[in-house]
Amino acid sequence: MTELPKGDFTLRAPAALNDPTLRANFRRAMDGLMTKRAAQFTDKEAWTALRERGAAAKARVVARLPELLEQLEANCTANGIQVHWAETTAQANDIVLTILQRHNVRTVIKGKSMVSEEMELNHHLQAHGIQAVESDLGEYIIQLAGEAPSHIVMPCIHKNKAEIAALFEENIEGLGYTEDVDALTAAARAEMRKAFAAADAGISGVNFAVAETGTLVLVENEGNGRLSTTLPPVHIAVMGIEKLAEKLKDLPSLLSLLPRSATGQHITTYVNMITHPRRDGELDGPHEVHLLLLDSGRSRVHADPELRDTLRCIRCGACMNHCPVYSRVGGHTYKFVYPGPIGKILSPQLEGLDCAGDQPHASTLCNACVEVCPVKIPIADILVRLRSEASHPSDSPAVKGAGSRANWRESWGWKGWATVYSIPWLYALAGFMATRFGNLMPASLGPLKAWTSVRAKPRFAAKTLHELAKEKGYCDE
Amino acid sequence: MTASAQTTSAQPKPTRVYYFGTCVIDLFYPGAGLAGMELLRRHGIKVVFPPDQSCCGQPARNSGFFDEARAVALRQMQAFPGTDPIVVPSGSCAGMMKTHYPQLFEGRPEHAQAIAFSRRVHELTAFLVNVLEVTLEDKGQPVSVTWHGSCHSMREMGVVDEPKALLRQLSNVTLVENPREKECCGFGGTFAVRQPEVSAAMVKDKIEALESTQTAKVVSGDCGCLMNITGAMEKAGSKMSGQHIAEFLLERTHD
Repeated sequence: MTELPKGDFTLRAPAALNDPTLRANFRRAMDGLMTKRAAQFTDKEAWTALRERGAAAKARVVARLPELLEQLEANCTANGIQVHWAETTAQANDIVLTILQRHNVRTVIKGKSMVSEEMELNHHLQAHGIQAVESDLGEYIIQLAGEAPSHIVMPCIHKNKAEIAALFEENIEGLGYTEDVDALTAAARAEMRKAFAAADAGISGVNFAVAETGTLVLVENEGNGRLSTTLPPVHIAVMGIEKLAEKLKDLPSLLSLLPRSATGQHITTYVNMITHPRRDGELDGPHEVHLLLLDSGRSRVHADPELRDTLRCIRCGACMNHCPVYSRVGGHTYKFVYPGPIGKILSPQLEGLDCAGDQPHASTLCNACVEVCPVKIPIADILVRLRSEASHPSDSPAVKGAGSRANWRESWGWKGWATVYSIPWLYALAGFMATRFGNLMPASLGPLKAWTSVRAKPRFAAKTLHELAKEKGYCDE
Repeated sequence: MTASAQTTSAQPKPTRVYYFGTCVIDLFYPGAGLAGMELLRRHGIKVVFPPDQSCCGQPARNSGFFDEARAVALRQMQAFPGTDPIVVPSGSCAGMMKTHYPQLFEGRPEHAQAIAFSRRVHELTAFLVNVLEVTLEDKGQPVSVTWHGSCHSMREMGVVDEPKALLRQLSNVTLVENPREKECCGFGGTFAVRQPEVSAAMVKDKIEALESTQTAKVVSGDCGCLMNITGAMEKAGSKMSGQHIAEFLLERTHD
């Protein structure tokens, strides 16, 4: 019926699907994560109530975003945290670089941050002679491999033990090949300790910035986040402008939802709350704390009353853990920083439908993500909305690149479809023709070709239900 | 007549219902459509199949063609006047009418009409269990089956236990639940042809999960999923078959 645009995702998927190791790694990991999350939310009523509170807290943030950002800036500044604003990732990189250069920084230790991935910060710093070392174990592993994260919470989830063992053998002097997890972790730890000691600055992300108090909240399990933000003399926190909490009292529900949804943990090992740099008389902590607020398309997302719900996201990754598409193709297939369901709605809005218009179609709309999202983002509805935006050009588009996937065959195909399905006699005629002659259609025709690649050709019935219902007297009022 | 009304119903049972057959059933599975109507009719209910119905509009809506979806949705709303319940033998089409019609018409003159319409929509098995409270008498030979719940049935209509409760009423039917019941089969409407490779991988895994139950048949309440699953089973030479629950229930309980 319509021309099927061959986007990047469609072209990339087969390589991942045909990689048995990758498939097994993701399947095993996602199954484990789903089981662990389910064990955290066995009480449906408690889950519903907690989720309502979390969703309401983030909905309030989205509703009052501009004023809360101003409040955050004022409170951070009063606390001694220096606040910077960046409209683009290029500006953000420049701001970070300027701060680091002012302090003659040569090595940076980094906690996990997806915004820094958005910025491609490590590359930018490297180009200016500054080495950034990832201190989250997963990030450290993929940094050694020269890869991007394949999951927003577990960046190296695509690798198994043997792959990591080989990588460590190659990169860590004197280790040799071992699949002993304790030995691998200890080796990474020893390497990181050197990096922590040598680092002139630390860079981290932010899970929640509390507008009411100017507090930066950072959750983690390895202690690397705390070291990155306390050991070096300068700490730079980078965050998207949506990662706010209105008040401190919003944190209990959000901090309960996040780890339970993400990794099935009741609470993370570390919950860091950073409110100010080292004060006179204090023995530790950075002398300078900077907060960088990155827009990079988020204001535009916020401008649309429906799409802005995307900005509620707390980056737990539960949507990808439960996504039947993600669990089969893995994170790299999506090509963008944010994979899985949240990426499918976020990437097209941040990057534009002209380059990410394939993403919203990488979904069956099964709603598994919607079911587990702790802040009730209507992901499936937004996917459909973005499909619509991509297919319909507009003079005042809500999303960059709207209409970039419009094609006349699809548009006219749906117009024709709507006509046939709206006019009863025409629909009856089409049904009659389909049931009498449809089975003569060759399997190589249009969409049937894709369908029959792994399925038998659908067989039209001899008569339509309309005809049979009439014969059996069901059409009589 | 094997189904009988219980007397414990909290609210008066309807005496007349509308039936929305769905476009997939119309062309490919009319037997399932008729079976659903018969299950209702033999319960003493007047079942009306309005001939002006066609499709719920979901294919266009899910593809992002809202004007076209609205045009078709409006025709369905007109084809089912009054206040009688509308019973749908598909959780997916029912989900479209129940959750997405009000969305589609938000801010338009037909919004109130869409809300009123959506409140009348019932998925067939949920209607049989929750409204009619049917009891079934099994007259078939012993058989083991597994159940496939559609994503929209489970997650848009909240229909998870009802169809399985019906199957468990059948004394000679052993229901073996499959280990990946909540996972999508990979149909997703146009997804199956837009992303053929991912869809193929998903349906392959689904068949594996269904076959692991070592049953002869998968029963489902959605013909879109069935077309995908049984089509892939047939192509792969699987020994399993599939059937819509309405047809299965009618066959098992028919004299």
